[in-house]
Amino acid sequence: MSRIRDNYENSRCLKIKKWIDGEVDLLASGVEIEAPEEAKEAALPESDLPNPAWQPGMRRPKAAKRRRRNRDGRDIRYFRRIYQLMSVFLCLAIIFILLWTVSYLPAFGNAGNPDNNEVSARYIESGLQETGAVNIVTGMILDYRAFDTFGESCVLFIASCCVLVLLRIDAADGDARARKRLREADDRVFEPKNDVILQRCACVMVPLIMVFGIYIILNGHLSPGGGFSGGAVLGSGLILYLNAFGFKETERFFTEKVYRRVTLSALTFYCLAKSYSFFTGANHLHSGIPLGTPGAILSSGLILPLNICVGLVVACTMYAFYTLFRKGGM
Amino acid sequence: MSFVQNFPFFSIIIAMFSGIISSVLDAKKARNLSLAAIMVTTGMSAAVLVFCLRTGESYTYMMGHFPAPWGNEIRAGVLEGLTAFFFGVVMLLSVVGGLDHTAKDVEKTKQNLFFIMIDLMLSSLLALIYTNDLFTAYVFVEINTIAGCGLIMIRQIGRSLLAAIRYMIMSQLGSGLFLIGLSLLYDVTGHLLMSPAKEAVAGIEAAGIYALPMLVIVAVISVGLAIKSGLYPFHSWIPDTYGYATPTASAILSGLVSKGYIFLLIKIFYRVLGRENVVASQIVNVLFMFGLAGMMLGSVHAIMQKDTRRMIAYSSVAQIGYIYMGIGLGTTAGMVAAVFHIFTHSATKALLFISAVGLYEVSDDKKDFRSLRGAGYRNPLAGIGFSVGSLSMVGFPMLAGFISKLLFATSALQSPHKMLPTVIALAISTILNAVYFLRLVITLYSIPEKGLEKPLDNGSKEKPPIHSSWKLRLAVLSFILLNLFLGLYSQPIVGAIENGLAMFA
Repeated sequence: MSRIRDNYENSRCLKIKKWIDGEVDLLASGVEIEAPEEAKEAALPESDLPNPAWQPGMRRPKAAKRRRRNRDGRDIRYFRRIYQLMSVFLCLAIIFILLWTVSYLPAFGNAGNPDNNEVSARYIESGLQETGAVNIVTGMILDYRAFDTFGESCVLFIASCCVLVLLRIDAADGDARARKRLREADDRVFEPKNDVILQRCACVMVPLIMVFGIYIILNGHLSPGGGFSGGAVLGSGLILYLNAFGFKETERFFTEKVYRRVTLSALTFYCLAKSYSFFTGANHLHSGIPLGTPGAILSSGLILPLNICVGLVVACTMYAFYTLFRKGGM
Repeated sequence: MSFVQNFPFFSIIIAMFSGIISSVLDAKKARNLSLAAIMVTTGMSAAVLVFCLRTGESYTYMMGHFPAPWGNEIRAGVLEGLTAFFFGVVMLLSVVGGLDHTAKDVEKTKQNLFFIMIDLMLSSLLALIYTNDLFTAYVFVEINTIAGCGLIMIRQIGRSLLAAIRYMIMSQLGSGLFLIGLSLLYDVTGHLLMSPAKEAVAGIEAAGIYALPMLVIVAVISVGLAIKSGLYPFHSWIPDTYGYATPTASAILSGLVSKGYIFLLIKIFYRVLGRENVVASQIVNVLFMFGLAGMMLGSVHAIMQKDTRRMIAYSSVAQIGYIYMGIGLGTTAGMVAAVFHIFTHSATKALLFISAVGLYEVSDDKKDFRSLRGAGYRNPLAGIGFSVGSLSMVGFPMLAGFISKLLFATSALQSPHKMLPTVIALAISTILNAVYFLRLVITLYSIPEKGLEKPLDNGSKEKPPIHSSWKLRLAVLSFILLNLFLGLYSQPIVGAIENGLAMFA
């Protein structure tokens, strides 16, 4: 009898009936499953007494519970193992399928490939006349496909905004907890480190790195390089300087205000300049931006200023990431 | 070239530029700028829609001095204009409705960052809608993903950080698959612009070469975007994400972001891969099965939830399933139904999230069923809003959900092999929807339990009864009207969708 009753009480049917009647909250399952167990254990001796055949059943609920717990633990272990095996299997399957696909693709560097079409032909043949950039890659990303590159610099911008959301600690409103967090995150107390080897090396290296970065940015349209790579070099130079001499030195010229102004003006210039260029291009107007002599430093229209903008954004973003990770503020 | 044709480009740039400027503004100015940007872009999208309806054709817009296969391009037609306009309206109302909660949930010094995320989210959604270039689509998918992460984690409580991490991992997986698909496609076609790529794909199909790569491309792009929009087996990030973000973020993420990816998928199906090729590749059947599974299991999960916000989130899983079921039918009618359901769901789900906030306000910010008893009396407008949203989701006549269910059912009749499963799944899913939504509606209008009434009463006696701000009430009211509009005035919209899909081909 009691087993039938147990089965009935554990059945979905009764739970749904109770739920519809509003007696129990099916959704508060954590409480609901425990409570009847306790109640049953208390009730069992009396209810089972009339039926001596069920006497051994008195211990059953506990044993069942233990059994269930053991089984749950085992289930979870099995589940984890199967899960791991399945994930490895899935990854291998995807790797296999992709490799199999690649074997069907056209061979790399073959002259008859689909990507050797009129698009790349025009980039290579008339890129120099149309964009004025000796470096075809720069001409492609900053003139033919400048909208994508604008999107990419906005990706950097929004990524640094996200890091600001996550890591900047603002103690401005006098919140004691925020101030404590700031104190914990701030490692400026260990400064200045005055590491002589580092400082001497930095004295030699930082100017070279900076000049090299500026060179890469300014010659982006003439030789390999451009805003993204040059900006990364500049940013690493700034980080090296910061590590050698500490925040006190860098804050003389690079604070959060400077960061904001530089990023804002670079992106604004990019946005306005490119909007003008898109607008004139789409409406078939004459843009009036001179292309200059190819090969000269002041040539290729908007590409040089845009490279400078991208370089500044990248350098600032790298430096900002570093400072935010170190002390939760700039 | 008429001046209106510049508007798609203007709206993308305005949204981006307002985001960039907001980085130096304080919270209030950033908010006003953001609202202004949303309004202006919505107006521009409406103008584009009217222009395309009047001329009866779509147009491409050159982004720069170089024509189609060399430079970037965007494209506007009836469907693009309609979607952009609709997304703009929903976004505006979601932001307005959640303003007070945004101010409360987000640290004061970081509120301008919140509006930067909103602006860039808007620009990326617009770019995903208008793009005519596969790589531009990928770049803006990236912006969309990062902005989505930022919107979730800006609340800065443990659970939302966890949700953001989960969202990021799943979303990046989707982006990665999408990018792999694009690189493979570039390798076999040699084009990134959609129109030349479509010609190249047609040539490949005619020649019968690259059969396996084409199949893998279709699969990888579909699955990548399905993961990002939360189709059933890949839905595990949805409940946390929608459940623990700020109300505005929940409404935008569930109403717009996942729909943007679906719109992109439809666009790629039509404009690049060719709908016939996709149907022939059987991938639509996989999407159809996943959609059916999502419709039912998403609802089952929703029934089991305690937290009502998680319940609404799980209901999104079911609704995304509907949309994929429509795409999976493979017919034009199914696609129309799917696009209409995109509109229905973004209007209704945003209404549910925003009006649910109004109900939590009067229930001590508790989100379980017991605490919400009688909340419909304590905040009448939010209660009505929630009921309207629920009825719309269930498919009550006069509301948006009814029309989309009708469209799904009628479109199913046109595809003989899938008719029976579709209709049965629709019926079961409707019943399951009714079980959890009407249960909550009944809870909202039942008298609070005796035991629970006291603590609530004590609380409300000490402070004056809480009234929702006019912003929230305005948003709820507008959303109700939007739902009624979609339900009562559906025929022109359906006509416009058909028109727009015809322009895609």
